[in-house]
Amino acid sequence: MEPVLEVQNLVKDYPGVRAVDGVSFAIVEGTCFGLLGPNGAGKTTTVEIMEGVTTATSGVALYRGAPLGVRFRAEAGIQFQKTALQDFLTVRETLVMFRRLYPRGRDVDELIRLCALEQVAARDNRKLSGGQLQRLLLAIALVNDPQVLFLDEPTTGLDPQARHNFWDLIRAIKAEGRTILLTTHYMEEAYFLCDVIAIMDRGRIIAEGPPSRLLKEHFDDVVLELPREDFPGEPAAFPLPVLLAGDRVEISTGDVEAALGALLERGVPLRHLRIRPRNLEDLFLELTGRELRT
Amino acid sequence: MNLRRLLAVWQARNLEFLRDRSTLVFNFVFPLALVVAFAVIFGGQARSVFKVGVIAPPGAALAADPHPFLGTRHVDFYAVAEAEMAEAIRGVERHQADLLVDLRKTPRYWVNADSPKGYLAEKLLLQAAPAAERQPVTGAAVRYVDWLLPGVLGMNMMFSCLFGVGYVVVRYRKSGFLRRLSATPLTALEFGAAQILSRLLLTVSVTALVYAALAALVHFRNDGSPLLLLLIAATGALAMISLGFMMAARFVSEELANGVINLASWPMMLLSGVWFSLEGAPAWLRAIAEALPLTQMLKAARAVMLDGAGIAEVAPQLGVLAGMAVLFLGIAAAGFRWRAA
Repeated sequence: MEPVLEVQNLVKDYPGVRAVDGVSFAIVEGTCFGLLGPNGAGKTTTVEIMEGVTTATSGVALYRGAPLGVRFRAEAGIQFQKTALQDFLTVRETLVMFRRLYPRGRDVDELIRLCALEQVAARDNRKLSGGQLQRLLLAIALVNDPQVLFLDEPTTGLDPQARHNFWDLIRAIKAEGRTILLTTHYMEEAYFLCDVIAIMDRGRIIAEGPPSRLLKEHFDDVVLELPREDFPGEPAAFPLPVLLAGDRVEISTGDVEAALGALLERGVPLRHLRIRPRNLEDLFLELTGRELRT
Repeated sequence: MNLRRLLAVWQARNLEFLRDRSTLVFNFVFPLALVVAFAVIFGGQARSVFKVGVIAPPGAALAADPHPFLGTRHVDFYAVAEAEMAEAIRGVERHQADLLVDLRKTPRYWVNADSPKGYLAEKLLLQAAPAAERQPVTGAAVRYVDWLLPGVLGMNMMFSCLFGVGYVVVRYRKSGFLRRLSATPLTALEFGAAQILSRLLLTVSVTALVYAALAALVHFRNDGSPLLLLLIAATGALAMISLGFMMAARFVSEELANGVINLASWPMMLLSGVWFSLEGAPAWLRAIAEALPLTQMLKAARAVMLDGAGIAEVAPQLGVLAGMAVLFLGIAAAGFRWRAA
C-alpha cells in the first residue's frame, strides 16, 4: 500500500546544530503515527518539514508519492504547537474566517459540535481555557475536512481531564479513516492513540513500530513499584536490580512470585505495591540511558 | 488572487479593529484635536516678516550686491526659477508671498492690490527701485489654516497608514498567526490586499468624518469637488499603506519595525509640505520630496481645495500614487515572510 506521507533521509541544520539527522519513515493511510521524544529531539522540526512550513537542508517529504504542493495544502489539516489567533474575534468568527480560506470543507456548526465548542462559540478567543483553545485549534485544523491531520503536542499543558477529552476527540476523527501524525512527549498519549510510533532522540529515530510490539521486543519483565520509604536498606543488597526513581523504587523482574518472596522475606510492607507492565517511558530509558521527561 | 479568501481576511481584520474601542476612538479623536489646535494657533495671519520671491537663476546670491532692495532687513527673500513663475504669481494672488520681483533687465513686480502687507512691501521696493513696473494681481488671501488643513489631515493619514498596517502585520508574524495562515491556501498577495483594503476603508472614513466635522467647526476653504478630494485621499492612502506593508514584509521585531517606519515617516512629515512649502529649498531636496507619496497627495489635494483644480489637473499625481501602490505591494508580496524564525 502506498504511504500517504513519507520522508526520506531528512536533514535539517540550524546554525551550530543538526536538528534532524537523516530521518526516514512512512505513514500508511488511516493510521495514527506517533513521533515520540523529549523536548529538542527534532520532532517539531521534522513535522514542520512534512507540513511544508519549514524547508529541509536535504532529503524529501512526500504526500501521496509527490512533493508537497497545492493538493497537499488543500488536503492537510495542521495544528501547530503554538498558534496565536486574532484578538477580538469569537470562536465562531475565527472558524468562519478559516473555513472561507478553503474551497471545500466541513460546516462550521458541525465543527463546533464535533470539537465540543458549543458553550464557547460566542466567546472571544482570548478568554478560552487551555483545553478550549486546543479544541478550537483542532477545529481550525479540521475546517477543510483534511485527509491527513498533523497534531504537534496537542495536549501539552492540559489538565488530565482536558487531555482525556481531547483523546476521545482524536479517536473519533481517526474512526473516520483519517491519517494522523501526532507528536508528543506523553508516553501514555502515544500508547493510547497511535498505531505506530517512532521514538526520536537527538535528531534520529532510535526505534519504530507498533507500541505493543516494541515493548515486547525490548522487555520480557514487569515492574514492581514501591514508595522509597517502604523499601529498607541499600538497593544494591537486594537480589534483583532496583532502580531509584524519585520517591519510588522500581524493581524489574520476569518472575513476579520470586520478587514478592524476596520482598516478604525482608519484611517490606506491600500495602502500596504496584505491579505494572513495561511502558514507553521504560523503553526510552532503555534505549538512551536517559529519562524522557527531563 | 482569490476574492473569497481576501474578503475572509479583510472582514476578520475589520471586526478586530472595530472592536478594539480604545484604538478606534484614538483614530478619530487625534486628527480632530490636531487640526482644531492648529486652527486656533495659526488662525490669524501667517507670517511676521515680509516674504518676497525673487526671479533669479538657481544658486544666485540674494543680497544687496546685485540689487540694493535685496539688502532690506526683515524681509524673507527666496529665489524663484524662471520656470516656476506661474506658481509664484499664484502665491502672490493667495497672499502667501507679499511680492514677486524680477530685478533683472527692466525691473518689474507683482503685487496683490488687496493685500495690506503687499502694499507695505511695495513701498519698500519702490524706494530701492522707483522705476519698477507694477503688475497688479488680485485674489483672496489663503489663510495659513486653509493651506495647513490638507497638510495635517494628510500627515495624520500617513501615520495611520504606515503604522496601522505595519504594526499589525509584524505583530501577527511575531505571535505565529501568520504562520498558521501560511498553512492555508491564502497567498501573500491576498493577505496583503486584505490588510491594505481594511486600513484603506478605515483611514478614508476617518479622514472624511474629520473633514466633515471640521467643516462644521471651523471655516476653511475648498474651491474644488469633495468627491475628487475623496479620490485623492483614497489613492494617496493606498500608496502609503502599501509602503507600510512593504516595510513590514519581513520584520519580526515590533521595535525594529517601529524604527524603520519612523525613518520613513519623519522625512515625509518634514519634506512633503505639511507645515511649509518647499519653495526655495535646494533642488535635490525637492527631488527627494517629489518621490514621497505624501508630497504627491498634498499637491493634488491643495490644487483642488485652493485652486479648484479638476481631475485632469491632478491626474499626474493620481497616476504617480497608483504606480507607487502597485510597486510597493509587488515588492512586499515577493519578499513576504510568514514565519518569525
